[in-house]
Amino acid sequence: MPSNATIAAIRFGCGLSPQAPAPADAAAILAGLADPDQALADFPGPDPQQVWALGHQVTEHNRDARASVPGAAEALKETRRQINVMNDAALLNFVQRGVYGASGFRERLQDFWTNHFTVVGKLARVKAIPSVFADQAIRPHMTGRFTDLLTAVVTHPAMLIYLDQITSSGPQSRAGERQKRGLNENLAREVLELHTLGVGAGYSQTDVRQFAYLLTGLTLDNKDGQFRFNPNMVEPSAETLLGKTYGGPPKDKLAQINRALDDIALRPETAQHIATKIAVHFVADTPDPGLVQAMTAAYRRSGGDLTAVYSAMLDHPAAWAPPGAKVRMPFDYIVAALRALAPPRNTLAALRPQQIQRFVLTPLAGMGQPFQQAPGPNGWHEDSAGWVTPPLLAARIQWAMAVPQQLLPDLPDPREFVQVALADAASQTVIDAARQAENRREGVGLVLASNDFNRR
Amino acid sequence: MTDSVLSAPLSRRLFLKTGALVGCSIAAQPLMTTVTFAAAPGENRLVVLILRGAMDGLDVVRPVGDPAFAGYRNLTLQAGAALPLTGIYAAHPDLAPLMPLWAKGELAFAHAVSTPYRDKRSHFDGQDILEAGTGRDVPDLTVKDGWLNRMLQAMPGLSSETAFAVGRDEMKVILGRAPYASWAPDARLQLSSQGRRLLARMYQDDPMFRSSAAEAIALTDQMAAAPAAMGGGSDGMMMAAAPATAPGAATDTAPDPLAAFAASRLKGDTRIATFSISGWDSHAAQAGVLKRELGALCRTILTLKDDLGPVWGKTTVIAMTEFGRTAKENGTGGTDHGTGGAMLMAGGAIRGGKVYGRWPGLDEAALYERRDLMPTADVRAYAAWAMRGMYGLDKGLLEKTVFPGLDMGTDPGILA
Repeated sequence: MPSNATIAAIRFGCGLSPQAPAPADAAAILAGLADPDQALADFPGPDPQQVWALGHQVTEHNRDARASVPGAAEALKETRRQINVMNDAALLNFVQRGVYGASGFRERLQDFWTNHFTVVGKLARVKAIPSVFADQAIRPHMTGRFTDLLTAVVTHPAMLIYLDQITSSGPQSRAGERQKRGLNENLAREVLELHTLGVGAGYSQTDVRQFAYLLTGLTLDNKDGQFRFNPNMVEPSAETLLGKTYGGPPKDKLAQINRALDDIALRPETAQHIATKIAVHFVADTPDPGLVQAMTAAYRRSGGDLTAVYSAMLDHPAAWAPPGAKVRMPFDYIVAALRALAPPRNTLAALRPQQIQRFVLTPLAGMGQPFQQAPGPNGWHEDSAGWVTPPLLAARIQWAMAVPQQLLPDLPDPREFVQVALADAASQTVIDAARQAENRREGVGLVLASNDFNRR
Repeated sequence: MTDSVLSAPLSRRLFLKTGALVGCSIAAQPLMTTVTFAAAPGENRLVVLILRGAMDGLDVVRPVGDPAFAGYRNLTLQAGAALPLTGIYAAHPDLAPLMPLWAKGELAFAHAVSTPYRDKRSHFDGQDILEAGTGRDVPDLTVKDGWLNRMLQAMPGLSSETAFAVGRDEMKVILGRAPYASWAPDARLQLSSQGRRLLARMYQDDPMFRSSAAEAIALTDQMAAAPAAMGGGSDGMMMAAAPATAPGAATDTAPDPLAAFAASRLKGDTRIATFSISGWDSHAAQAGVLKRELGALCRTILTLKDDLGPVWGKTTVIAMTEFGRTAKENGTGGTDHGTGGAMLMAGGAIRGGKVYGRWPGLDEAALYERRDLMPTADVRAYAAWAMRGMYGLDKGLLEKTVFPGLDMGTDPGILA
């Protein structure tokens, strides 16, 4: 029977590490979450201003290149190189937060919430924008009230771009009448369906439409890429959403949008939807109904305080069942493998672009989870079996067998490594496999390829 | 505020996705035993393409002869001259590479079709219903497998490779207890023989890992033994080292790797293949979205045709999407989620050069909820008639088991 510390590391963290002790229990997990965010300081994401500035440079160089301005092509190439360097650094910092960070639960929450609020960088020139989104909209808000998280997300440029809100205008707004622009339903629908109430809730097409009218005006400043509320795009009417009316002059509509987001966040359907998704992500594809009920109750009691919801999950016995109900998603899998391998601190940060491709990006795609490129706004699915199809499992086994020896100067003894990676969660079959392997490379590979290590 | 405004229980989709899909691939079968019965499924090939994101049927197969159409669509008119098809219909200009097939009677469409899904217009419920093949307007949680799998369950003489899910996307249309194979053209697995033995022993008590690994190893061996057979007519496209992470990376004329791989299997023991083309959700800048997506669709179909050679004559390709899009374009050069849409059929086995279906008209009163193209036929009926014609499946079985609650109606005659 695995100890609670093992379960805490595997189910609620980024896995076991030879360098950092696992949190002993629920209280230790929550204490780690209350500490200052050292991982963000140690492994910062991309600088938002730089992301946008480089994106602008691409646009300018492209224009110059079309006009045959001398040197434009070279300048474009150099800017693209800088963007790639920045994107690579962002990826490595995200990986390292999980590999070396003190609170594995915080990193898992970042994964969960960036998936719940999926954004994809649709524009190549600002491809790092999902990382900016994670640091600005998700990470600072994921332990507070859901409504604050939701507001940060719905007003973040990354989401506004991804779900086509930036040009959505009221047909009778000033911008709408002048430029013949109009409404786009995308963000409104997905906020209700995916982010808050859930598709099973009783909202209607009329609610989607009304919400889309209400969200007009949320856009960004093209110069600096910052969020901007533009009253000229606001439909000058009052909207009725789920039985409540949100009116007032266009310039005051942002306050009404915030009010509507508060109202939606506090709905019981949202409590149920969010609690269920968290339980499904952390505990089981089909979680214990009592667990979901306790988390939903905590959400409603606290007015959507997310730490209260996490606490209710961690206080429930179902959360401490032996590991294995879920399969680690590919990003989690690579992070957990690296955490167990514990390469010297400078190793990952020093990877060259081709190595990042070979060790991380190509394998993630091969395992079915290309980095920050979820197939749709619903994000990556939670069906454990769906991550273990033949081609996807083959990519995991390939990684386990080939990559560790290219990252570490000396591979550990597989018989010791199985204890490091799985501790008392190691079954006899994986212990035997580690012992019987022909060499260290295969022994370590077998441990990382094992069903024990892939499950959590 | 009353809770009765929203009287829903739990999120149905979450439960559908997480609760139902336990069995997968050949998990329920003995490991890698290729059982061949006396009666094989015959020589006909069926390729099912799932177009994810909701293809705008009104832009792809344009009802230019409907007087109301032009009033709804600036973006469509701006996107270029449509290619005349038949009657009121014309094809999107980006379908030009397929027009030789149209001329030869190897390309057809069905218009104003939809699944039974209505009103919520969620991609994800919409795709779940399309792939489950169920007959209700909301997801039916009692049905846990996909319609292709239920067809397989009814077919005698299945081998483990009769049906193939190609690529890395989750294909719920083929999930279920009937065996099928699953692989991606660029997947690799290199293991020493000792590594294989230990891996097999390690996975022995975990069916999910055991069956997937066994299938991966068997397919790897088979491909190593017959690399030429795998290369198809596409110069070993599947030997590319890295999965394509960026859609649209391929050039205009490059063969599609998934289609090339599917063709290589279909020339062997495989009779049914399925994969998806994602990215059709055109809320903004639709002309660009469709240029990319229709380009991918054309490459897919032409790669299948080129690589299948004579087998193309026995092949039916059907491409289906979760729903159509709004009749009227939205305010951002795109369209929002709708209801009725179009499907595409291709192959040497079909009776092409036709646009099947009954046109409902586009006057506002004729639209579904005064918003979307009104569906006049169940898209499942076309798939059912294709399966009946190709594999001789009983009509009652198709209407009760494969597609619960379907009324196939009269035979539209889509097969040549």
